Order: sequence, then structure tokens, then C-alpha cells
Amino acid sequence: MIELVVSSRCTGCGKCVSVCPTHVFDLGADGIPLIARQDDCQTCFMCELYCQADALYVGPDHDHAVPVDAQEIVASGLLGQYRRDSGWDEWAAHPEYASQFWRMSQIMNGGRELTLARKQATDKISS
Amino acid sequence: MLSLETDVLIIGGGMAAGWAAISAARNGADVVLVDKGYVGSSGVTATGGPGHWWVPPDPKLRRETIERRMATAYGLADPDWMARIIETTWDVLPSLAKYYDFPTTGDGKTHYQGLRGPEYVRALRLQALDAGVRIFDQCPALELLLHEDGAAAGAQGVQRLNGEPWRIRAGGVIMATGGCAFRSGLLGSHTNTGDGYLMAAEAGAELSGMEFSSIYSISPAWCSTRTAVFTYARYFDAAGRELDLPGFAGVGDFTGEMAKALMTGPVYCLLNEVPQDVRRQFPQVQPATPLPFARKGVDLYNDKFEVALFAEGTIRGTGGLVITNAQCETTVRGLFAAGDAATRELITGAVSGGGSPNSAWALSSGLWSGEGAAALARQAGRRAAAPARAIGGIALRPTASVKPVDSRAITKAVQSETLPFDKFLFRTEAKSKTSLSTLDALWREARLHQHAQGLAAVNARETAAMLATARWGHEASLARPESRGLHRRTDAPNLHPGLARRHRIGGLDQIWTAPEPSKLQEQAA
Repeated sequence: MIELVVSSRCTGCGKCVSVCPTHVFDLGADGIPLIARQDDCQTCFMCELYCQADALYVGPDHDHAVPVDAQEIVASGLLGQYRRDSGWDEWAAHPEYASQFWRMSQIMNGGRELTLARKQATDKISS
Repeated sequence: MLSLETDVLIIGGGMAAGWAAISAARNGADVVLVDKGYVGSSGVTATGGPGHWWVPPDPKLRRETIERRMATAYGLADPDWMARIIETTWDVLPSLAKYYDFPTTGDGKTHYQGLRGPEYVRALRLQALDAGVRIFDQCPALELLLHEDGAAAGAQGVQRLNGEPWRIRAGGVIMATGGCAFRSGLLGSHTNTGDGYLMAAEAGAELSGMEFSSIYSISPAWCSTRTAVFTYARYFDAAGRELDLPGFAGVGDFTGEMAKALMTGPVYCLLNEVPQDVRRQFPQVQPATPLPFARKGVDLYNDKFEVALFAEGTIRGTGGLVITNAQCETTVRGLFAAGDAATRELITGAVSGGGSPNSAWALSSGLWSGEGAAALARQAGRRAAAPARAIGGIALRPTASVKPVDSRAITKAVQSETLPFDKFLFRTEAKSKTSLSTLDALWREARLHQHAQGLAAVNARETAAMLATARWGHEASLARPESRGLHRRTDAPNLHPGLARRHRIGGLDQIWTAPEPSKLQEQAA
């Protein structure tokens, strides 16, 4: 669930307020978004993808809050990882982050073939 | 108060809604789209990566593809509809090229069929805006407006960011609100509460296939993710013994066996057989999937981690609003359905269209409903001066004295009758009747007394929609005393030849079910 708006990074653009599909944020009086309805967060990470300031942190547990230490998170290098790995915004200029989504079906098929081969090997042993 | 009139109103903000908006605008209509979230992040496409049914225009290849799919549809699909969506998807998907960067793969071909979710819905948004569509994000619809003759006249709802109401009159309305997964935690599905089923059913629309609603996807227990690399998985029990599961290879009954294992204790997954090259590529294939692992301190490829099955309901199940013609009009005049809001039995029968058929359906049904609604608005006009009434019932217009009703408690109750495997996956007549006695009582109470207003009405109506969908699911199960495709009755484990028909369901206070009339019966009537 959403745990953190890093106010030192936030530019107050309000994008997370309008982008969150489950209406988790309200815009605060100082322009910094507030996590107003944390329970409604679905842990989809979409707010991070749209936050060009990399000021948002979504924790890994989908059904309960686990408070985090802001300084630790900023130091962790996790902020902005999703946006970077998606090749969005300034990362579009870096070919190493270009989408390789077209590999999806071959990845899935690779696993299926491995599973089938494993199954056949087991069946052989048991017969 | 935001008050507008338009030719075509689209409710929803995912793949089907996006294509419907583009299509209606291309067909000359003035188009307004309202979504409760944001067109770009709402719904299960935005967090996923839909592959589309992708068959080149070779008549023999297409015929064989359809025959293979018909063979697994348990007699409930329609080959003509399959042919239509295969053709439409092939012809139309490349038209998104200005907005989506379709890559060239190693063999020099352009890869069209698979699109990454966030970029896909962003592309649909940009194309719709360029086509002149007016998009209103954060504007959940609460109820439909109907003409005196029963045709759809528009909708009304709430603007979440300022709490003000909105009301939009339209010549045609497209329901593209997605399916319902009962807030199981399935990635991206929090907004998929079956709102469109409820709103349409209040207008008298019929549904079909609501018994084909028990399907699940495997994920780490603490956070639902997309599942690409899980095809490599091996699974273990708490004692470290490897489970003999039918893999993820489409061999045997993975869901049933995994559910049984999870009913006896925790199950752990190991992905250490994922090849090194796939590991290197994966963050640029599915950038969201590694996030909940890294943040939980779990090594995706070297640690065993606990897994769960997350219910997908009618998202990857097949039930939804009945489609009555080639433009995807529902049984209510002027109300169209697209994507997971509509039944997908026409293309998948009793099995899941998860993956490529559902995506091809969302695209195609979006396009056709856009054409149909635009044509209707052109022929009949907006009729915006004609009187129209708001027809929402539960949680909006109580039939007795107003009393507090706890939507949160109703949601919990709905989940306890739909998420446990022994109630909704392994079904029996007795268990469904017990579930229905609980769910029906909750419905009656809320229908009599609940009066939610402003922003609270959004959650109250979402809850009511899940409650209705749960009741239709169990009632549809009772009406099909057999096991067919996704629908399994442990007290009736075999196919019943007399039940090889689609089943319709409808009604709210009183639910009814009936076999779909055959084409001959319809012609005679």
C-alpha cells in the first residue's frame, strides 16, 4: 500500500491525485498530496509511474499498511525504479530501458516447455 | 453540478472504453467518457499486458483456429463471432501506431499482438483525446437515466475530486465498466466491482454466463502481480515437499489442484529455473512484477515465497451483460456493452477467454458498440429535451425508512461467500443456497433502508454491485446442476447434455434464470 509522499521531492503537481484509480490522495493545503484513504490503495504502483519527481513509495503488502522510514526509503534507491524500468519520460532516451514486452509469449512458452519436460522426466522415472 | 449533453456517453476507462470512445468519435459522434478512476491507470489492462488473439488473414488458418477454440468452449460459443473479432483485431490494432511504439522484433517483423498495459491505455487515452473525445476522470457513475419508452438516456454520478454531482444526457450509452472480482486483491481490480452490471440490471438488462465466474491467478501471497514467469514455477508445501501439480502448462487442472493444496496449508513457490537471459530481460518486460519482491526483501529467483490464488471473478470468467446484435446492444434499447461488462460466452463459451481472446473481444466490442451508439445517436438524435428519470435503486432510493447500513460489513460478507474455494470454486447446491440466504438478506436490508449520498454513495453502490454479482453467481450455479468449463459442481461433476445452452439471468429484488432462447424460438416469437 501507499506509504510515503516524500515532501522534499514532491513538486506539488497534483498528478497523483488525479491519476490514482482508487482516489487515495487529497491535495493538501500546502500543495503536497495527503494519503487520505490508504485503505483504498490497491498496490498497483500506478502513482509511482506517473510521478516524475519520484516522490512516492508504495509498500509491497497489498492488504495492510507497514509504515516506513522516509530517510531509509530515499537512500534505498527504490524510488523511481518502476518509472525508470518502464522507460518513461527522461528514461525514454536510454535504450537499455526500452520495453521488451514483445518477449512475453516466448518467456511464458519457455516455462511451459520446461514444465512439460520436467513432467515427462518424472513420468519416465515412475514408469 | 456538471451537466452535459452528447451523442455518445461511455462509462468506464479501460481497454474497451478507450476503443469505444475512439470508434464513436471516428463515426462522427460527439463523445463523452466518464471513468471513476483515470483513463490510463484504471482497470486490469492498465496494470497488465494484454496479448490479442492474432491470426493472419489466411482463411484456412483462421478456420482451424476457430475450430480449435470451439472444441474447448463446451458448446456455448459462436464461430461467427470468433471470426468477427479475429478479423477486426487484425485490421484495427495497428491503427494505434501513432500512439504506441510497436517494436520491430529480431525477424524484422512488427510485433502488434502484445501491448504493455500502462503504455496501451495511455495510447488509447491520447488517441481518444486527439479524436475529440471529452474525458472526465474521477467521475464515477452511480446510475442510469432512462427515457419513458425504456431506452437509455444517459447517466449521473459524482465528481470525486470536488464532491459535486454530474449528469450527462446522451443518444447512446456504452457500458464498459469491466468485470467483478469481489475486491479479491487481484492486481488492478479494485475498481472492478460490477458497477455496470448493477446499473444495467436496474434498467432491465439481462446477463448471461454468470456461473462461469470462478477463476483465479497465482501470485505472491502478499501482493497480486502479473504471472509471466510463474510458468517456470515449482511448488512446495510447508515441510518442503514438492507438490505434484499439473504445472502451469495448460496440462490438467492447475487451479483445482492448487486450491486443494492451499486449503490444507501454505504453498511456496520457487522460480530458480527461470533462465538467466529471461532474468536480465524481465524488468523491461514486466517492470511492475519485481517491485513487491524487492520491497519485501524476497529474491524473486532464489527464495521460496508463499503464494495465493487471487480470484478473478467475471474478469477472466466469462459472464456479463447479454449482447443482442452485432453492435453489442444489450436487451435495453440504446444501452451497449463492451469488454468484460459484456458476456464473452460468444467467443469463449464456458471456459476463460483470459489472455488473448478477451483482449480481442474488448477491442472489437468497443469498436462495434462505438459504431452502434454513434449510429443510433445519428438516427434518433440525442433526445435531450425528452424527460428522463434516474433509476438507481439500492443505496440511492430506499423503499422504507432510512437506517444506517454498513457497506464495509456487506463487502466482507460478500467476500466470505465468494472468495473461499469451498464456496465458489467447489460448488454444491446446498452451499450456494446457504450463501444466498445470507446474501439475499443483506440485499433486502440495504434495498429497504440504505440511503448513501455524495462520495459515500460511490462505495455504497460499488458494494451493492458486488452483492448483486455474488447473488447472480450463486443463482446461476443453482440453475446449472452440472460441471461445465469454469463452473464446477462437486455434487454434479459431469456434463449434462441437456444443459449445453447459455443461461440468462436478471432481476435484483427477485432474481430469475432461464435458458437462452434458441434462434428458432426467437424467430417464432
